[in-house]
Amino acid sequence: MLAGMRNRFSRRTETSGDPFVDALRGALSPERVKFDGAHRSLHSHDASVFDGGNSGPVVYPETTAEVQAVVRLANDYDRNVVPRGAGTGLAGGAIPLGAPVVVAVTRMNAVLEIDPINMVAWVEPGVINLDLTKHLQPFGFHFAPDPSSQQVCTIGGNVANNSGGPHCLAYGVTNAHVVALEVVLPSGDVVMLGGLEAEPQGLDLRGVFVGSEGTLGITTRVAVRLTKNRPEVRTLLLSFATVSDAANTVSGVIAAGIVPAAMEVMDQRITQAVENYVGAGYPLDAAAVLLAEVDGLADGVDIDADRIAEIGRANGATAVRLAESDQERALLWKGRKTAFGAIAQIAPDYYLHDTVVPRSALAGVLEEIYAIADRHDLLIMNVFHAGDGNLHPLIIFDARHEGVLDRVHAAGADIITASLDAGGVLSGEHGIGVEKQQYMERMFSADDLDHQNRLRQGFDPGCRTNPGKVIPSGHSCADIQSLRAVPNEVWG
Amino acid sequence: MTDSTTSPLLVSTDPVLAEFAEDVGTSEPVAVAGGRTRWELGGALGPGTRIVTAPSGIVDYQPEEMTVRVRAGTSVAELHDELAAKGQRTGLPERGGTIGGALVVGENDYRCLGRGRLRETLLQVRYVSAEGLMVNSGGPTVKNVSGFDLPRLMVGSLGTLGLIAEVILRTNPIPAVSRWFCAAGADPGAVGEALLAPSAVLADGQQTWVELEGHGADVDEQAARLRTVGSFEVVDGPPSFPPHRWSLTPGQALEVDDAMLGDHVTIVGVGLVFASEPQPRRSIEPNIAIVSDRIKSNFDPTGRLNPGRNPAQK
Ligand SMILES: Cc1cc2nc3c(=O)[nH]c(=O)nc-3n(C[C@H](O)[C@H](O)[C@H](O)COP(=O)(O)OP(=O)(O)OC[C@H]3O[C@@H](n4cnc5c(N)ncnc54)[C@H](O)[C@@H]3O)c2cc1C
Ligand SMILES: Cc1cc2nc3c(=O)[nH]c(=O)nc-3n(C[C@H](O)[C@H](O)[C@H](O)COP(=O)(O)OP(=O)(O)OC[C@H]3O[C@@H](n4cnc5c(N)ncnc54)[C@H](O)[C@@H]3O)c2cc1C
Repeated sequence: MLAGMRNRFSRRTETSGDPFVDALRGALSPERVKFDGAHRSLHSHDASVFDGGNSGPVVYPETTAEVQAVVRLANDYDRNVVPRGAGTGLAGGAIPLGAPVVVAVTRMNAVLEIDPINMVAWVEPGVINLDLTKHLQPFGFHFAPDPSSQQVCTIGGNVANNSGGPHCLAYGVTNAHVVALEVVLPSGDVVMLGGLEAEPQGLDLRGVFVGSEGTLGITTRVAVRLTKNRPEVRTLLLSFATVSDAANTVSGVIAAGIVPAAMEVMDQRITQAVENYVGAGYPLDAAAVLLAEVDGLADGVDIDADRIAEIGRANGATAVRLAESDQERALLWKGRKTAFGAIAQIAPDYYLHDTVVPRSALAGVLEEIYAIADRHDLLIMNVFHAGDGNLHPLIIFDARHEGVLDRVHAAGADIITASLDAGGVLSGEHGIGVEKQQYMERMFSADDLDHQNRLRQGFDPGCRTNPGKVIPSGHSCADIQSLRAVPNEVWG
Repeated sequence: MTDSTTSPLLVSTDPVLAEFAEDVGTSEPVAVAGGRTRWELGGALGPGTRIVTAPSGIVDYQPEEMTVRVRAGTSVAELHDELAAKGQRTGLPERGGTIGGALVVGENDYRCLGRGRLRETLLQVRYVSAEGLMVNSGGPTVKNVSGFDLPRLMVGSLGTLGLIAEVILRTNPIPAVSRWFCAAGADPGAVGEALLAPSAVLADGQQTWVELEGHGADVDEQAARLRTVGSFEVVDGPPSFPPHRWSLTPGQALEVDDAMLGDHVTIVGVGLVFASEPQPRRSIEPNIAIVSDRIKSNFDPTGRLNPGRNPAQK
C-alpha cells in the first residue's frame, strides 16, 4: 500500500502547472484555486492538537456545480477530497491526509430561503452558525444547536460532526434539526437526502450523513428546522462547595422528570479564569457553578425554575441566583461561551476532551478525572454540558516542557477508560476524526466496525472522501499509516 | 499503545440474544415476525423465507437516566405500561406492534411534535447480521457521536439490513396535563401559529383537533389562545383515522385534493395525512437508489434478510 501510494504520487510534478491544478483552475476561476505553501499549510490543520496533514490544492467553490466539478476532476485524476468549513473541529476531522484537494465551502454562505409553512430554512453549508440564528431572529425563530464555537463554525461542519451545544439538552443535537441535505456524492452525482415530507422514502441516508465527519460526501445545501423562540426564559446560577454537589443536582433534576433547556457546569478554576476575562458575575469562592436555563411559557418556567433551585439546595447549593434581566442572563451565558477563550489567554497549550457518561455517574467520574490529573501531574479544568452527561475535561499544559505531551496523552487515555468503565461513550459532539480512532476498538468489536465500514463504502466505494478518518486502521478506508506517509515533497 | 479490548459493558453476554442469533443462523432467507401489524409493507415476503421471532422483555429501565434497554420482540404497549408507572413514555407509536417492528417500519406517532420523532428515540441497537453475527452500534448515553450512526440506518430499514435483537431507547417525561380540544371551522394554519408547541394539531377539512400538554397553567394559557382562533371545546381524544398513510410536506398537507385522498385527517405541521385512499407510489431518485442498493448488498450480500421487502416501496 505504501509503495503504491508513493508511485501514485511520484508521477506528479510540483510545478503550478500540475495538470490537476490546471484542470481545477479551468473549472473554477483561477483565483479560487490556491496552491501556494501558505494556503496549503493553513489548511493542513484544524483546531485540534494533532499534527497537520498534507494538503493538496485548496479550492473555494461558490456553487453546487463547482463542487461537483471538483469532485469529478478528483475522480478523473485519482485524488482524494476533504470537505472543510471553518476548521474549528477538535478531533482532526478536516485534517487532510494523503494530499487531497481541500474543498473549503466558506464562500457558499447564503441563507437561501426561509419557509415558515414547512418550518425550515434552506442554507448553504458555509453559513456561520450564529449568523443563521441572527438572520432568523426577526422572524421569531432560531437554529437550536449552539456550539460554543458558534461565532465561527459553519452549518456544514455542524452537520458533518452532528454538533451540539448547551441548548441541545432539550432541543436535540444537529441531527434533529436537519430535514434535508443536498449532497455531492463521492461519485460526483448530486442528490437530495431526506426531504421536507413527513416520512421520506427508503433508507434514512440523511440520518447517517449527519455526523459522518465529511466521509460520505460534501453537503452543498441544507434544510434546517426552524425553532420558535420561547416567550419566557429563566436562568439560574447555583453555587456549590463541591463539584459532586453540582453533578448530583444535575442528575437529581433529570431524575425529577425535568428536562431544562440547558444545564452547564463549570468548576472553580474555569469560573475564576472567566471572571478575570469577561467579568460574568460568577462567584469566585464556589468549587463549582451550575448554569441552568428553562424556557417556555410563563407559569411552567417559574415552576421548573423553583424546582431546580429546590433540588440544588437539597444537594447543598450554597447560593442560588435567578437572572433578573436579559442583560444579566446574557452576561452569565457570555461567561460560559467564552470559557475556552478565557483559558486560551492563560494557557500556553490546552487539550479539550469530550466523553459522555450516564448522568448518575457524573460525580464519580469527575472525581476520577481530578485523580487522573494528580496522577499525571497535570492541571485539568472542567466545563461541560452536564445535562446530557457530556464531559469536557480541559487539560492545561506547556508543550515546551519535556515529556509533558506523553503525560497529556496518557491522561487522555485514562479519561476515556474512566468514561467507558462508567457506561459512557467516546465522544458526545467532537467526533472521532483522527483523535479517537485508536479507541474505537474499546467501544466496538471488529464486527461492529466492519459494519460501519460497510456503510461508509456504500457511499464511497473508492474511499476517496476524507480517507483515514473515524474507522481505525485494519479496515479499508482507514489506512492512516500510508496516508500519513505521503512524502512531503509530493506537493512541494 | 491502548488496550484494544472492547469495554465489557458494551459486549452482550445475554444468552437470550445469543440464542436469537443462532435462530437467525448464517444461511437461507429469514425474516422476523413482530405483531404482523405492518406485515405486507414494502412488498410480499419471498417464498420459502423462514420466520423467527425476536426475543422479548424489558432488560434494564433507568428512569433517572431517561433510557430503557428492551428486547425487540417486546410489545410497544407493554413497554409503555412499564414506563408510565414511572411517569415516562417514548416516541414509538402504540398500535399493537413490537418495538423492533415499529423501529424498522419507521412510522412516526401522529403526536410526534410532542413526543419526538421515532428516529430520535433509538440510542443503541444490537442486531443480527446476514452472517449471523451480533452487531452493536450506537451507545447507551443520550448524547453520542462515536462512529457512524447505524441506528439511523436501521430505523425504517424494514429488517433488510439486520434483524433487531435489543435496543436502548430514549424516554421522555409524561407531562403533568394532556388535554384534547376540538372546534369546527378553525383554520389549522392559524392554530399552529397561535400556539408555542402543541403536541398535535389535526384537521379533517371540517374540524380541527389540538392536543396541548405541559404544566396545568401553561395548558390553560395555550387553551385561551386557542380560543382566539376558534370555538374550541375539550374533547376526549382525536378522531379515528382512515387506514392509509400519506407522507407529504407540511405545506402540501394543508392543501390536499379531497377527490384524491377521500376522507382524511391531516397531521398539521408534520405532513402526515391518514386517508381512505392510498398514496400513489412515490419514486426514488436513481442516484439514491444506487447508494441504497450498495448499502443493502454490503450488509446482506446474499439477500437473505427479509427478502421481497423494499424500504423504498413502503
Ligand atoms: C473553542 C471551541 C469550542 C467548541 N465548542 C463546541 C461545542 O460546544 N459543541 C460542539 O459540538 N463542538 C464544538 N467545537 C467543535 C467544532 O466547532 C464543531 O465540530 C463545528 O461543528 C465544526 O465546524 P467547522 O465549520 O469548523 O468544521 P471543520 O472543522 O472545518 O470540519 C469539521 C468536519 O466537517 C467536515 N465538513 C465540513 N464542511 C463540510 C461539508 N460542507 N460537507 C461535508 N463535510 C464537511 C470536515 O471534513 C470535518 O470532518 C468547538 C471548537 C472550538 C475550537
Ligand atoms: C390498524 C393499524 C393502525 C396503525 N396505525 C398506526 C399509527 O397511527 N401510527 C403509527 O405510527 N403506526 C401505526 N400502525 C403501525 C404499527 O403499529 C407499527 O408500525 C408496528 O409497531 C409494527 O410492528 P409489528 O411488530 O406489527 O411489525 P410486523 O408487521 O410484524 O413487521 C413489519 C416488518 O418489520 C419486520 N420486523 C419486525 N420485527 C423486526 C425485527 N426485530 N428486526 C427486523 N425486522 C423486523 C418484519 O419482518 C416486517 O417486514 C398501525 C398498524 C395497524 C395494524
